[in-house]
Amino acid sequence: MEIEACLRKDYITNLVREGKRLDGRRFDEYRNIEIEKNYVGEKACGSALVRLGETKVLVGVSLNVGEPYPDAPEEGVMTVSAELRPMASPSFEAGPPGEEAIEVARVVDRGIRESGAIEMEKLFIEEGKVWIVFVDIHVLDQEGNMIDASGIASIAALLNTRMPRYEDDQIIRGEWSGKLPISCVPVPCTSVKIDDSILIDPSLDEEYAMDARLTVVTTDTINAMQKGGQGALKEDEILSAIDLSFDKGNEIRKLIQGP
Amino acid sequence: MAKEDIELIKNGKRLDGRKFDELREIKIEVGVLSRAMGSAYIEWGKNKVIAAVYGPRELHPKYLRDPRRAHLRCIYNLAPFSVEDRKRPGPDRRSVEISKVSSDALSSVVMLEKYPNTVIDIFIEILQADAGTRCAGLNAASVALADAGIPMRDIVSSCAAGKVNGEIVLDLMKEEDNLGECDLPVAIIPRKKEVVLLQMDGKLTREEFKKAYELAVDGAMRVYKMQKEALISSVNDVIIGE
Repeated sequence: MEIEACLRKDYITNLVREGKRLDGRRFDEYRNIEIEKNYVGEKACGSALVRLGETKVLVGVSLNVGEPYPDAPEEGVMTVSAELRPMASPSFEAGPPGEEAIEVARVVDRGIRESGAIEMEKLFIEEGKVWIVFVDIHVLDQEGNMIDASGIASIAALLNTRMPRYEDDQIIRGEWSGKLPISCVPVPCTSVKIDDSILIDPSLDEEYAMDARLTVVTTDTINAMQKGGQGALKEDEILSAIDLSFDKGNEIRKLIQGP
Repeated sequence: MAKEDIELIKNGKRLDGRKFDELREIKIEVGVLSRAMGSAYIEWGKNKVIAAVYGPRELHPKYLRDPRRAHLRCIYNLAPFSVEDRKRPGPDRRSVEISKVSSDALSSVVMLEKYPNTVIDIFIEILQADAGTRCAGLNAASVALADAGIPMRDIVSSCAAGKVNGEIVLDLMKEEDNLGECDLPVAIIPRKKEVVLLQMDGKLTREEFKKAYELAVDGAMRVYKMQKEALISSVNDVIIGE
């Protein structure tokens, strides 16, 4: 049992009741976000490291040539996987992805897929051959809100992903031919409900103290949503989380796109 | 063919002739398994789903035991023959995610604090799938929990809405789910109308979301009535001795 977290839960809840957060942020304020593109730039086709406060997530993108899905024979394929590395938290264990990792990967996947961020039709090579885009999320340090850090890192990495050169049915590694075509920047924003208040970008302590969580991935529309946690949300709480996600999403999008 | 080119709505009617705010036919049966402590079967359009409850019982491994409350574990499983292209047996990423969000949703109504250190297992088996299986599964699971006599604050009722050919519609069937623009499954606690499960993928503006959300909640309220009726008639059957 996470005894410390349980004890801190009351403290966090009482603070929220007074309109405060443990780290002094406003309810609608993100922790500091730093995006380092091309963090592992020598081998991977694309990468980005995101620091969201003390949470650190590294995403690498690899491209391969493979078969398209039968129901979309002229489109590329994308898969998103997440690994919560044991170094990131005492509660993470080595081994195949658990439900938490799968949830992170699937929410990030839905945001990118449903927004149409990757121009899949441009990843067609020839009949039966398309580019496959692997987005691999590595959570290195879990201090809360892995979903947003992972989503921001994923789209940041995709934005600077290079296409490997492909000649005579072969990928020529280390040589490039242009960039991966990206049409928009989906941004996930996660809010939590603590004592009937909505707080954005939960820290780890706030995640332990939360009743429920709502992630909203936006571009100019909503592209994906995921409710988490064992508590319930009211309609107005959902709507205010959506509004907050649109606002913050715009700010973070500028940060991802850079100057 | 582009997604938008396929006509899912003709003359204001959907592929199966339903109106925009119409549910598929739903049938709920209580107590369909003999070994389980509680069980329920739901037929929802072409979906066929059984849910069963075991527990509260001893939890292994031990380190998962919580001295404050019971651990609720919901397993959603798609049978290999439930879909046209055989599904490989065993958990895939989708079912793991659905199991997790379903566990969270049911944990909000079950009085877990009454059974510290134990586990309540809920098994959702999708025998035939035609979109909306997570909602059908949750509805069956709630009824099975009630059938097992496990104390709950309320039942969980669930329904999806979505967007098809630009229209917000209730309870998507397979073709609409595959080719439509958006799917929004919602589960609520009917008495408070609060949300315990919400997922969405596709494209919706804020206004469209609000409309779809309210439609889904309305659908869930109608399902709630059917769940109650099924439970009441199952009790009556016992009393009357049928």
